[in-house]
Amino acid sequence: MSMRLEEHDYIGLSEVPSMENSEKISISSGLNLKATELRLGLPGSESSERDGGHEVEEKNVFQLGGVKGLVSGAKRGFSDTIDGGSGKWVFSGTGGSEVDLAKSGGLFSPRGVNGGGKSLGVGGSESNSQQSGMAPNVVKEVVPPSPKSVPENNPQISAANGHGNHGIAPAAKAQVVGWPPIRSFRKNSMASNTAKNSDDADAKLGSGCLYVKVSMDGAPYLRKVDLKTYSSYMELSSALEKMFSCFTIGQCGSHGVPSRDGLSESRLMDLLHGSEYVLTYEDKDGDWMLVGDVPWEMFTDSCKRLRIMKSLDAIGLAPRAMEKCKNRN
Amino acid sequence: MDPNPKRRMDSPDLSESNRFSPFPDEVLERVLSLVKSHKDRSSVSLVCKDWYNAERWSRTHVFIGNCYSVSPEIVARRFPKIRGVTLKGKPRFSDFNLVPPNWGADIHSWLVVFASAYPFLEELRLKRMTVTDESLEFLVTSFPNFKALSLLSCDGFSTDGLAAIATHCKNLTELDIQENGMDDSGGGWLSCFPENFTSLEVLNFASLNSDVSFDAFERLVSRCKSLRILKVNKNITLEQLQRVLVRAPQLTEFGTGSFHQELMPRQYTELESAFSNCKNLHILSGLWEATGLYLPVLYPACDSLIFLNLSYATLLSGELATLLSHCPKLRRLWVLDTVEDKGLEAVGSSCPLLEELRVFPMDPFDQDILRGVTESGFVAVSYGCRRLRYVLYFCRQMTNAAVATIVQNCPGFTHFRLCIMNPGRPDYLTNEPMDEAFGAVVKTCTKLQRLAVSGLLTDLAFEYIGNYAKNLEALSVAFAGSSDWGMQCVLRGCPKLRKLEIRDCPFGNAALLSGLEKYESMRSLWMSACNVTMNGCRLLARQMPRLNVEVMKDGESDDSQADKVYVYRSVAGPRRDAPPFVLTL
Repeated sequence: MSMRLEEHDYIGLSEVPSMENSEKISISSGLNLKATELRLGLPGSESSERDGGHEVEEKNVFQLGGVKGLVSGAKRGFSDTIDGGSGKWVFSGTGGSEVDLAKSGGLFSPRGVNGGGKSLGVGGSESNSQQSGMAPNVVKEVVPPSPKSVPENNPQISAANGHGNHGIAPAAKAQVVGWPPIRSFRKNSMASNTAKNSDDADAKLGSGCLYVKVSMDGAPYLRKVDLKTYSSYMELSSALEKMFSCFTIGQCGSHGVPSRDGLSESRLMDLLHGSEYVLTYEDKDGDWMLVGDVPWEMFTDSCKRLRIMKSLDAIGLAPRAMEKCKNRN
Repeated sequence: MDPNPKRRMDSPDLSESNRFSPFPDEVLERVLSLVKSHKDRSSVSLVCKDWYNAERWSRTHVFIGNCYSVSPEIVARRFPKIRGVTLKGKPRFSDFNLVPPNWGADIHSWLVVFASAYPFLEELRLKRMTVTDESLEFLVTSFPNFKALSLLSCDGFSTDGLAAIATHCKNLTELDIQENGMDDSGGGWLSCFPENFTSLEVLNFASLNSDVSFDAFERLVSRCKSLRILKVNKNITLEQLQRVLVRAPQLTEFGTGSFHQELMPRQYTELESAFSNCKNLHILSGLWEATGLYLPVLYPACDSLIFLNLSYATLLSGELATLLSHCPKLRRLWVLDTVEDKGLEAVGSSCPLLEELRVFPMDPFDQDILRGVTESGFVAVSYGCRRLRYVLYFCRQMTNAAVATIVQNCPGFTHFRLCIMNPGRPDYLTNEPMDEAFGAVVKTCTKLQRLAVSGLLTDLAFEYIGNYAKNLEALSVAFAGSSDWGMQCVLRGCPKLRKLEIRDCPFGNAALLSGLEKYESMRSLWMSACNVTMNGCRLLARQMPRLNVEVMKDGESDDSQADKVYVYRSVAGPRRDAPPFVLTL
């Protein structure tokens, strides 16, 4: 395989082990490549913050047009090898860990030999002329919009490097998509892990989520909700309705938009009055409380689990809640 | 499919085959049926026409590393007797959100062909494929003898699909659901296993979030006497774990649920004795929220432990050290970097047989914190674990000298994946690029098959790789290199390279095109956020018709840049199911 690359090296660098020589070739080719250089910036500007290795290598692209003989020789050699029969060389490097597509199975060689051979043998000379014609086109296309492309990569890199990044909030730090390479499942698990680790289930604010179990009397299985994804009792209540709607007789969730400020109370009053169920929670001390009494933040801090209780069971709680409501109004 | 049992009809030249193949076909096939390895089978098929035919008729399991490299029709035509299929779909970088949704790799078209070609299909193992609930339902109705389903990093399905599997697959032995992008709408699927269903051997639902009915689960475990691999999700409490474990002491692999619950002393003892009854436990995982308080219940079972996955347990160094002192036979260990260097020192001193170590970051996105592991932890492990051959190491700082020491201690590395989490970070002591580190790796570790590089790297690193990494099959590069020369060195110098994935590197068209003849011997090439242009890709596509050259366009960037390029060989031609954002050139 490597031998073949040396013989038919596309860019004509087969005997060239180092950068030095490639520079020599571009100079000795006698083409005025500077003018037709493929660069990312406007002509005359630096193409990137790394060393100018860029420039040298882009020159090599244009040797495709310049060094015709070598290139078409390479192509013929390629198609010769295919016509030469086994086609095995194509997949010799696989170790066969995939469906073996080579050889006399006739799976692809007819297509490969004829189709491939054709496009390379005949197309070879065509594409040669296309290439030399193409080179100037490439430059034209690239140069005008190019100033945009350079900054695209760099801010991500420099930001990720932490230069001047110290003041940025946690959310902004994960600026580079998919880096570090951690799978989503692990990312999500770690987030909830960080939350859970600070003082049992009553997670502190900041990163992470706060999953609590939600049980409903009569339902065959429980659910979990992340309290961090809600910012008010109303959101929580409607989410729970949706989640458990298959188990209710349809009385929850069909109420109009609560109009009063004490959103929590009104919603829950509706639940209490209009339906069979009441939302309660177990707090840090292990007591079962009616949801809605305390401010939302305080609730998420102390809530360990939720239970959608049948109203009949909640009769002990209801009168107090009603009284509170009356007092407030 | 050819119903004719006389295979010789396929090989027209009978006299020729008589001359070269002294065995009757039946003997040859019987011998070849004992050859299991895919690589060996491919070699066998290349010997001569007779062997090719004998091999294709005796192959029962087919592995397809890139679902677009071949079509299901071609597979069905060549292999008439397949019972198990392994398919991989999306490029690996899709795990890190670099591939937009709805890219493809949908299993359904495969299932439709298999339904008629392989009605007795038993096993399906998918990685990074899109699988819908409809496909799962189609599967259960089309393959009455279906036995094993494994889904890793797949997406598109929900627990409804799992319910269909549980309900209808009477002979199911394996249900392995790992880390998928799936919709979890409840744990009711587990209750769908019929009461007379007893064949389960492998059950993994560790990555599902909803509660299952514990009663149904307990009954399932009781009646499936052949259960040997069981991994539960974190909603299963310690108390419930004990009840499950006493019913399945024959387990060889066990994934616990949440390892944190207030237990009464009696419950604690019961749990400990449940673990001590598991004489065959080789692999242990799960252990969410495990702390030093409850880990001791594991000690009786640790004697036979070969693989311990603590990558979801936020252990501290002391807790790890104590645990490891009970695991003398450990060969594979996955931990979180909360154990820090001190914890890794304990690894070095307690695990002389260790072959694989993976250290995951607790807080990968916080770039300012100074916790986690450093180069000294890695060095400490290398002094104690000379048989190390697989490492995945996430850290925030590294030095060239440390890596040189590490590979000197452990020259047998076959997989070396080092992730210095801040992109482009140099050796923090000398401020030099990390070129010499990876140079040492490839010079010393001659058996290296897989390499992932990171840190500040110039083209020199890639020169080293090209010159020395002669057994390298997979290379992963990010934020590295100085010019096209780097990538050219790799393409020119690594004869066994099969998979090359590159992101955010200054490699352009010259580099891309220098691999022109190489790509057909590789599975695939991925280049994203590099300097490759559409014209370069078009040139590649034109020169190499047997390659699929696909470009994924981002909305915003300009038209001449090729943002994400995915090149792979295929005998199936260009994709027919490509979404609008994938351009096949």
